[in-house]
Amino acid sequence: MTDQIEVLEQFRTQVVHATERQQPLQIRGGGTKDWYGQSIEGELLNTRGYQGVLAYDPAELVITARCGTRLEDIEELLARHNQMLPFEPPHFGPDATLGGCIAAGLAGPRRSAAGAARDFMLGAVVMNGRGEVLHFGGQVMKNVAGYDVSRLMAGSLGTLGLMLELSVKVLPRPFAETTLQFDTNATDAVRKLNEWAGRPLPITASAWRDGTLALRLAGAEAAVKAARAALGGEAVDVIEAAHFWQGLREQTDAFFTHIEPNAALWRLSLPSITEPLPLPGTQLMEWGGAQRWWITETDAPLVRMAARQAGGHATLFRPGPGNGNLRQAGVFTPLPAPLMKIHRGLKTAFDPAHIFNRGRLYPDF
Amino acid sequence: MVESSTYKEMAVNAPAELPAEKLEARQRELVQALNACLPSHCVLHRSEDTTPYECDGLAAYRTLPLAVALPETEIQVQRVLQACHRLGVPVVPRGAGTGLSGGAMPIREGLVMSLARFKKILNVDSYARTATVQPGVRNLAISEAAAPYGLYYAPDPSSQIACSIGGNVAENSGGVHCLKYGLTVHNVLRVRAVTMEGEIVEFGSLALDSPGLDLLSVFVGSEGMFAVVTEVTVKLIPKPQTAQVILASFDDLEKGGDAVAGIIAAGIIPAGLEMMDKPATRAVEEFVKAGYDLDAAAILLCESDGTPAEVAEEIERVSAVLTRYGATRIQISRSEAERLRFWSGRKNAFPAAGRMSPDYYCMDGTIPRRSIGTLLKRIGLMEERYQLRCMNVFHAGDGNMHPLILFNGNDHDEWLRAEAFGADILEACVELGGTITGEHGVGVEKINSMCVQFSPEERDTFFAIKHAFDPARLLNPDKAIPTRARCADYGRLHVRGGLLPHPELPRF
Repeated sequence: MTDQIEVLEQFRTQVVHATERQQPLQIRGGGTKDWYGQSIEGELLNTRGYQGVLAYDPAELVITARCGTRLEDIEELLARHNQMLPFEPPHFGPDATLGGCIAAGLAGPRRSAAGAARDFMLGAVVMNGRGEVLHFGGQVMKNVAGYDVSRLMAGSLGTLGLMLELSVKVLPRPFAETTLQFDTNATDAVRKLNEWAGRPLPITASAWRDGTLALRLAGAEAAVKAARAALGGEAVDVIEAAHFWQGLREQTDAFFTHIEPNAALWRLSLPSITEPLPLPGTQLMEWGGAQRWWITETDAPLVRMAARQAGGHATLFRPGPGNGNLRQAGVFTPLPAPLMKIHRGLKTAFDPAHIFNRGRLYPDF
Repeated sequence: MVESSTYKEMAVNAPAELPAEKLEARQRELVQALNACLPSHCVLHRSEDTTPYECDGLAAYRTLPLAVALPETEIQVQRVLQACHRLGVPVVPRGAGTGLSGGAMPIREGLVMSLARFKKILNVDSYARTATVQPGVRNLAISEAAAPYGLYYAPDPSSQIACSIGGNVAENSGGVHCLKYGLTVHNVLRVRAVTMEGEIVEFGSLALDSPGLDLLSVFVGSEGMFAVVTEVTVKLIPKPQTAQVILASFDDLEKGGDAVAGIIAAGIIPAGLEMMDKPATRAVEEFVKAGYDLDAAAILLCESDGTPAEVAEEIERVSAVLTRYGATRIQISRSEAERLRFWSGRKNAFPAAGRMSPDYYCMDGTIPRRSIGTLLKRIGLMEERYQLRCMNVFHAGDGNMHPLILFNGNDHDEWLRAEAFGADILEACVELGGTITGEHGVGVEKINSMCVQFSPEERDTFFAIKHAFDPARLLNPDKAIPTRARCADYGRLHVRGGLLPHPELPRF
């Protein structure tokens, strides 16, 4: 405990010092997502020393842990009580931490059924640029006292402050689970996924690629059985299915691992009903049609325009090995001026000297 | 929330009071500016016309605004906000006025902007499972419009017949089913709004996420202090095929609380999980004859929904847990009529309290489930200390408690004791690791309790966040977040765990 207080004091010293000198700090946990975002600059602030689960009572459906706690340790602890992080966050490596997971705000296959990191945030303890330790939210499911700052932290890429402790809602693992497979083209897959989503079916994940649609059903045994009978398709072996969904979640699936030097992996977040886009390259569709991964050599403005016309946005997720300067076109979709103004106001509210992860989300932010 | 009776005008966050003649000049100036941007039937300023707007569902706190604007188009909203921005007139947005924390209470030197005329359902897309509606559309009307497609909008605050979606967004409203289906923040995809400066902004989108910070998540629940909502797109979900409810009795409150934890720990997330103590059960049983066990120290309502086979499976699991935790009686609804009858008691708890007592004061704290028994015991002690009765109904599944303090508003001393009793409960909630409000919002009502839950630095951060959305600090100012000066005053006045120093003196 004492050493944790010391670590906290070191954080404070480093943060206050950085603010005084207006020098950027890069917040880093396991470093498994260093590649994600616009750019990294500044002195390292390593969160790994600030770790440990602070509270976990399975009956309360919430876990509170320090930012540097390994995500794997958290998920193992939850699994022992037959619970899980419902948004299935990707780890991208064994050293991933809870802080990094929330800062990145990424979600896995279950996102369209269960929600994203922001949906499960209940509370956050944050150190602001002045070194003040602030508590927002808490450990209870319903809490409307003050603005909902803890949800704002999810996906903020650490640009607002140093997240010290996080309280996240957890859920029981489903009683039963099965994966079905269908032969279908992209257009039919979009149509089927949206029609099924309008029926009370326990679909918890979906993925279409290259003529095959995979569907994961999970819930009460009776519900899974009935849905399987209603949907048809071909059942996939349990171990193979687990491997498949894990491969999508961690992007170890062959689709993600071979990016040509001049291509890039783009993440398009679109309304689920969007018809297949006429982009060159290969695609993998998830989240009932709402998340589409494209590996393409197409220029950034064209990819962005296609996403915008469909009512969504595109993120340059991973450029190919020879395509690093693609980042100059912006990793994330630029914001309209009124929203950027609000972003800058929020940044200043937490981080007046703009020290935290400067440039990670947008240049000079 | 306080039902019925007028008590007094409350000075909120101590605004500087303008003398009467200056106020009149200010009103003339404002009405003139409003008439330039709105047709005459959209501007109210005579006191007989503005009186219906003097309070929201929290009737104990009321004041007359300078004027009420009822814009009909987004452009009118923009123009009115720009005019008020120019004149430095504060604006209080208002939906259906059913809020329970005074979030829509007018400001004496300000304008009330009612969105009551924004009541069009713009689009129900059954294929995309979304509805785009104007903010004045009633919560229930969305589900009714979606019903032909087998879809509905999940959050169901108890006021859903009357409350508007714009107000739901402002308060992040919950409901009986939010344990399984989430709060407003989980069910809204996109909000279009106008800032105090008159700029149009969109938070969220029809996709599942947006670039940049998740502004939508902090906008929901911001109590009308960031921007005025003009359009909301909500998620619609498939209606469950069937639902069944279990009514269980316990001879001890703590056993009931343990059973709630037991259900969750068994991996079950019921569609609804509600609890009532004996005084509450007795009051409603006399009122609606729901068939509740009058000998029970607590009753538990646990609803399961889904396909018939799924419901049967869950009901069996829940019954086993309840038996294991010592339920003295378990009844399972055998028909839709019986299910509704079991629920009718819980849903009529507030009117039943109204029959028991001239007035009641409803609290809204949330605590970790494990502390339910502890809090109830402490409330029992407070009943003695404040010499007032309290009945307890709560959303046990998520630890959100609604203690109903019974009092007579005509007796000023009783009201002061009720108010102190309420503040004491909220402090206990914070102490037990919970919060002062689970779903009703802070508004003007719980603004003092915010001093207990948040540090000065945290409150400063809230002000800075508001500043990012509303730099002129004109949109619903003086609500939800207390100033440092106000908290200092409250600290001097407030005696922890006891009665006020001078209960005979009026407090402002």
